[in-house]
Amino acid sequence: MAQAIELIGITKRFPGVVANDSVNLSVEEGEIHAICGENGAGKSTLMKILYGMQQPDAGTMKVDGREVRFTSPSQAIDAGIGMVHQHFMLADQLTVLENVILGAEPTKAFGRIDFEEARSHLKQVGEAYGLTIDPDDLVEELEVGERQRVEIIKVLYRGAKILILDEPTAVLVPQEVEELFRNMRGLKNDGATLLFIDHKLDEVLAIADTITVLRDGKTVATVKPDEVTAHDLAELMVGSELPTPETTESTVTDVVALEVDSLLVVDLEDRVLVDDVSFRIRRGEVVGIAGVEGNGQAELVDAVLGTRPVKSGKISLMGEEITLIPVRERREKGIGYIPQDRHREGLLLPAPLWENAALGHQTQEPFTSGPFIDRDGAKSRTEHIRQEFDVRTPNVEVAAHALSGGNQQKLIVGREMTAGPVVLLAAHPTRGIDVGAQAEVWDDIKAARALGMATLLISADLDELIGLSDTIVVMLRGKLVATVDPATVSPRDLGAYMTGAKQESA
Amino acid sequence: MNFSLGRRILLTLAAPVVALVFSVAMSSIVLLISGSNPVAAFGDMMSHASRLETMVDILNRATPLYIAGVAVAIGFRMNLFNIGVDGQYLLAALVAAHLGAMVNLPGVLRIVWILVVAMAVGAAYSGFAGVLKVTRGINEVISTIMLNAIAISGIVAYLVREWQAGGEILSGSASRVGTTPIPESGLIPDLNSVLEFFTREVGQGKELTGMLVIAILVGLGYHILVNRTRFGFDLRASGINPFAAQVGGVPAKRMVVSAMVLSGAVAGLVGMAEINQVGFFPANPIRGLGFTGIAVALLGRNHPAGIILAALIFAFLDISSGVLQFTGAASREIVVIMQGVIILAAVVAYEVARRARERQEARSAAEALGDIKPLEAA
Repeated sequence: MAQAIELIGITKRFPGVVANDSVNLSVEEGEIHAICGENGAGKSTLMKILYGMQQPDAGTMKVDGREVRFTSPSQAIDAGIGMVHQHFMLADQLTVLENVILGAEPTKAFGRIDFEEARSHLKQVGEAYGLTIDPDDLVEELEVGERQRVEIIKVLYRGAKILILDEPTAVLVPQEVEELFRNMRGLKNDGATLLFIDHKLDEVLAIADTITVLRDGKTVATVKPDEVTAHDLAELMVGSELPTPETTESTVTDVVALEVDSLLVVDLEDRVLVDDVSFRIRRGEVVGIAGVEGNGQAELVDAVLGTRPVKSGKISLMGEEITLIPVRERREKGIGYIPQDRHREGLLLPAPLWENAALGHQTQEPFTSGPFIDRDGAKSRTEHIRQEFDVRTPNVEVAAHALSGGNQQKLIVGREMTAGPVVLLAAHPTRGIDVGAQAEVWDDIKAARALGMATLLISADLDELIGLSDTIVVMLRGKLVATVDPATVSPRDLGAYMTGAKQESA
Repeated sequence: MNFSLGRRILLTLAAPVVALVFSVAMSSIVLLISGSNPVAAFGDMMSHASRLETMVDILNRATPLYIAGVAVAIGFRMNLFNIGVDGQYLLAALVAAHLGAMVNLPGVLRIVWILVVAMAVGAAYSGFAGVLKVTRGINEVISTIMLNAIAISGIVAYLVREWQAGGEILSGSASRVGTTPIPESGLIPDLNSVLEFFTREVGQGKELTGMLVIAILVGLGYHILVNRTRFGFDLRASGINPFAAQVGGVPAKRMVVSAMVLSGAVAGLVGMAEINQVGFFPANPIRGLGFTGIAVALLGRNHPAGIILAALIFAFLDISSGVLQFTGAASREIVVIMQGVIILAAVVAYEVARRARERQEARSAAEALGDIKPLEAA
């Protein structure tokens, strides 16, 4: 069969990171092709390159056998490629028809929009692909699944034969997922080629004809769903090298540092994100949370930190309830935080390093004296962090954006560690940094654990999780579904728990 | 320092200088097209500005512009756009002038009372926009524009009639209508004696406003608050990266209200220069200082010293262009074109300079460590 898309040796670098490292991908015409991989594996970058939103540093792209080079999405659209974004790009106050033609309006004399023409074209498209929706409905009145269908129709209306769907199931409830899959099969039968990103393995196995797995920016495998199990896929995604669990002796004490009791967190639409979660972390203990991304781990951390409101339940730090107090007080009481996205939540990029070192601790010694910032204190503390945590920088006055990703991360880890937190919330503490820096961060966490720090660790890297944790709990769809011993569990079993393929025997 | 401090300062200064030169060039072209001689026009402006009396006028105009610039800059520092400085200072000046005349206090106390009332009214009016933003999600740009209209054509227009003093009041050589005059002892004295200590006697009845001292204090206070205090740190952090600030414990909503209140308090002082000069709130006060303040803050990069330069440039253009009417070298409207071009050119030049500085920093950081990294995204 003919190749709809062929990518050969696609490479894309960002400062400090290689997002795509000689990626090869070949998609046959008329198939449903899934791209799997953990967050940060390079899936989104690859799709953006294919859709012309970013340009590769090296490699060739072929669409329908012809070599192409896109410098903008409009060129990709002309070549018959359409993208359905994870976050819908629809105007709520317009009707379905208006949304579909937005930016591609057929016109008649004097630039007036030819709604008759648009309506009949939309009808043709809908019939050809078996997608029905009332063109006169207001988008704001539609369900999430219907809005997604509008997005798909929008792309088809522009003549796309190859559809890229970016995590289409992330926003859907199970019934809507089934509906989406029915539509996807329908599209395929009508001749469309579908390329979709997903990391929910059961879904991938249910719908895809071919699966390509990315890890650390490289293509690691291309498989057929009937040849593999969810276990195999999970192993491919996280890397199959078996970790060597750290045999350092336990430093766990009897003192409970963080206690979370029946925590319930919902989003604005009342959808449950964290569902009745309870756990304790004692001083000197690392509790790892395993789970496929998007199962409530990030929201759990936000709730403990205080940046996300709690619907019900209780959070206590050293026996003192902190459920309702503001972030600043929690941090002053000793909650440290290593964010998963250092640029978004961890740094003031244009500000000097010493100001970055103060962020989150600006109300505490040595960064402050009375109502003033203690510049000398802050600078000497930053100098200390620079030496202790090996932050490679000429001095502490340079702006944070001038540092490489690994050094930025070491600065953040150093900032949190030197503050001597009672509880450390570490979300993907080594994501996107090189191996050397990774080992240093691990050593830092282990050293602080020995001194009595309690750690809540979230990581997509199962080696890291197994190597650092004293206890691992598995989170699935907002619930804690299993507790496992890192000394005995295999990544394979962990992967099975994470995808729900295996359940804890009660 | 690995990258030279000198080069950094040069980069910082280069942008506004380029903007100024560019705007002079553009206005010269416009003058040539309209049949005027740019050399003569600028020459007239410069020679006019070199007179002591004109300099006093320039400083008197620069003073409220500086205060307005600082008021806007406080908001800018955390990505808040306070467009309502105009409404805030007019309302504040009116209420302060009225209450200043009504409440009987001895000398200095009355001066302080008037300033405090002005700051409180400005703070409250601007703070209202902040409260609307955090409780109802109303963008401060929209609300402050609306509040301007309510203040200027609503409240001020009404109250100035209600509180109008009977008859016409003599102010200098002209008689004007306005609120009850504040006793001379309740007005900030002019600085002519200080100025004359250095130069000659100031003629033409010109008075250098005492608000200049207050403006300098405002500038110092702004510098200390923003660059030296925890509050200022929180303010800047919220402006640079609101997400990082939030996880760093900065209470986002409280910061929005605080910043608007502070901005409004400073805005309340803008009209004080005029009140202290004429002695009451006139029925036709100087308007638009708040809008010029936005341009001044932009040109001055929200920097306490930068805003001084920007305020002086705008005041110079405003005041010295008056002479063109008499010499006939050009139409005085040419300065409006210049002011517009300066702002446009400054915005572009600052962005170019910022990128150059970032590249330079990244390169020197990488060089210092012996590893060169690619730079595609910031």
